[in-house]
Amino acid sequence: MKKTLILSTALAGFAFAAQADVTVMSWGGAYGEAQNEAHVKPWSAATGHAAIMVDSDNPAPAIKAMVEAGNVTVDVASVEYADAIRLCDEGILEPIDAASLPPAPDGTPATEDFLPGAITECGVSTDIWSNVFAYDTTKFPEGPKTAADFFDLEKFPGKRGLRKGAKAVLEFALLGDGVPAAEVYDLLRTPEGVDRAFAKLDTIKSQVVWWEAGSQAPQLLADGEVAMTTAYNGRIFAAVVNEGKPFQIVWDGQIYENEMYVVPKGAPNKDLAMDFIRYATSTEGLRAQAQHISYGPARRSSMKEELIFKDGKTVMAPHLPTAPENMGNALETSADFWVDYDAELNERFQAWLTR
Amino acid sequence: MAEVAGELLTTADGRPLKAALQAAQARARRRAFLLVLPLLLFVLLTFLVPIGYMLKRSFEHDGFASSAPALVAWFAENPDFDPANPPEEAFAALVSDLARMQVEKTTGVAGTRINYSVPGTISLFKGGARVAADLQPPYKEALLAVDPAWGRPALWRGMESASHVYTPEFYLVASDHKLTDAGWARGAENERIYLYLFGKTFLVSALITLICLALAFPVAHLLATLPLAKSSLLMILVLLPFWTSLLVRTTSWIVLLQEQGVVNNVLVALGLIDNSGRLAMMYNMTGTVVAMTHVLLPFMILPLYSVMRVIPPSYARAARSLGATSWTTFRRVYLPQTLPGIAAGSLLVFILAVGYYITPALVGGADGQLISNLIAFHMSKSNWSLAAAIAAMLLVSILLLYWLYDRLIGIDRLKFG
Repeated sequence: MKKTLILSTALAGFAFAAQADVTVMSWGGAYGEAQNEAHVKPWSAATGHAAIMVDSDNPAPAIKAMVEAGNVTVDVASVEYADAIRLCDEGILEPIDAASLPPAPDGTPATEDFLPGAITECGVSTDIWSNVFAYDTTKFPEGPKTAADFFDLEKFPGKRGLRKGAKAVLEFALLGDGVPAAEVYDLLRTPEGVDRAFAKLDTIKSQVVWWEAGSQAPQLLADGEVAMTTAYNGRIFAAVVNEGKPFQIVWDGQIYENEMYVVPKGAPNKDLAMDFIRYATSTEGLRAQAQHISYGPARRSSMKEELIFKDGKTVMAPHLPTAPENMGNALETSADFWVDYDAELNERFQAWLTR
Repeated sequence: MAEVAGELLTTADGRPLKAALQAAQARARRRAFLLVLPLLLFVLLTFLVPIGYMLKRSFEHDGFASSAPALVAWFAENPDFDPANPPEEAFAALVSDLARMQVEKTTGVAGTRINYSVPGTISLFKGGARVAADLQPPYKEALLAVDPAWGRPALWRGMESASHVYTPEFYLVASDHKLTDAGWARGAENERIYLYLFGKTFLVSALITLICLALAFPVAHLLATLPLAKSSLLMILVLLPFWTSLLVRTTSWIVLLQEQGVVNNVLVALGLIDNSGRLAMMYNMTGTVVAMTHVLLPFMILPLYSVMRVIPPSYARAARSLGATSWTTFRRVYLPQTLPGIAAGSLLVFILAVGYYITPALVGGADGQLISNLIAFHMSKSNWSLAAAIAAMLLVSILLLYWLYDRLIGIDRLKFG
């Protein structure tokens, strides 16, 4: 088991190496599908270069394994913001020249068109996604409204779904405990703050069903296994729009972050990979992705015209984490914080979980 | 006789018989070796080399040692320095290394390595490296002015420890130790996890082995004694799940046992339990034990069956005719003969259970996690050395158990069929 894990991580995507000019690694599911339809296929059609999409549970450890093993088979990967920064610091990623990114149609340079923080040394944002919580409207006609309600077992009895891991869970616990978004990370840097977050989680621990894969959250909700669950907002949106599920997202206490396209060091087709990223993160590229899944584009110019879902009727704006009405009590994930405390807090979280 | 001994025996073509025999035997040995060579290479490449690499990895990490040469040299010269108050030369070495890291872009690698034992150091290194080139002596005051955390004794202890490429540090972490300002110490009660999970993993595996044995024994006996037509049918029932994908079987148990699942629905419909009192049989230890027992059951049934099949029924009949009760017959005559099968099945099930990963991950919820889930967790967090250290500890404890088993029962008594 131990060694197959190492090997399979290192060899992931190996079989696809020879066939494509550009290999993009993403998260699979509705999300991978959206990037495939909005970026991979159109780029391939526009440039005539073969491009394929491969899936991973989490591309970051996979590309790290590839670079360390000296056998890189992926040209572009879609990773979480903190990973884009950490891997860049570790020399795993190629720097991306922000000045080479295409300007907005009105000529605004990319560096000004992108939202703050959406371009880093080695990554360019493909979208802004969010950790939210959602409930079944048939169970609670007068549903929960705030993050505090998620932790209120008396007012809203029933099981809770939470992602198994410290990230976004500890922040959510503090938000649910009434801590203002601006103070969450300062508090979490102190031992008292961490204790307070775990104490809040203790109040619902016996009622929690933990999920790991993004698709599990809407599944638990659909099965009636949980009364409400945290989830990636796009997955709930997909369940509502594509399958007509009676789910409602609560945006209060949402925790959002950028998802980044990166190029691993030693990518077989680095120049084409950069061209792919320029294409995918253009105004039109980001727009196209937001028409497939409800994650917000990180360019202001992509939002100028109204975004319509691929079904031709659903207006995307109110479903995006970046919509002003959804940003009332919102927290941006602090990559700096998680780069430092990921290992420690996850260990503590695991210890807390098993006791 | 003496004449014969003095005279060399030769083959028809005049070669000494002894040499000819040796040549022939050597040829046979070479041929045999060539025949097993593919398997040998296969085992070497896919089994021994990765395990060796894993063991090496559990001791080795050069993330800091390779990116901070000045400090490594200083630590080597001053092994007895005071971590609470490192001298100016140490800070000078650190600052020159930080400047170098900034140029070579190794801040993250070095910071990540120290961060394993001293949380919060990645951004400390980044912040330090960014300004290092502009710092002026005295470096100690300059760096402490950038961030007082540079003076933490734990940080200096961590850097000293990380300056060695080979370190037992990961084994310390894997046995619930933490690096504090005063040195390595056992972690706080609410932070200890690895040894607890080791114990839990072995207990749960033993429990699963016992349940498997209790369930498999009658089935195997039935299989071995029924007429062929019926026993083949029964055998298919045993083998069918064995041939089914592990994931499918695990997911089926989720469907059956979850709170809104089949079993709970039936119990509620029968009025045995209240709708509000649905049993929690999934996403906890119960779910893990039930699903793993089901998945591992064939590994117990098959060795038992192969042993029971060849036990002549006449022994039991003889015992009965000599006046033994059916219990005595079972205990004194039948059971001892099945021991090799019990031993083989138990060992197989136990060792498989100890390393089980996917089933606890899917159905274990919070308290049904086993040690291999933590190995996977650290793999996914890219802390391979810690994952390797835990895995090595698991490997060694299984080898120990195997040795104990050999001493108590004897490996030669194993019988898989």
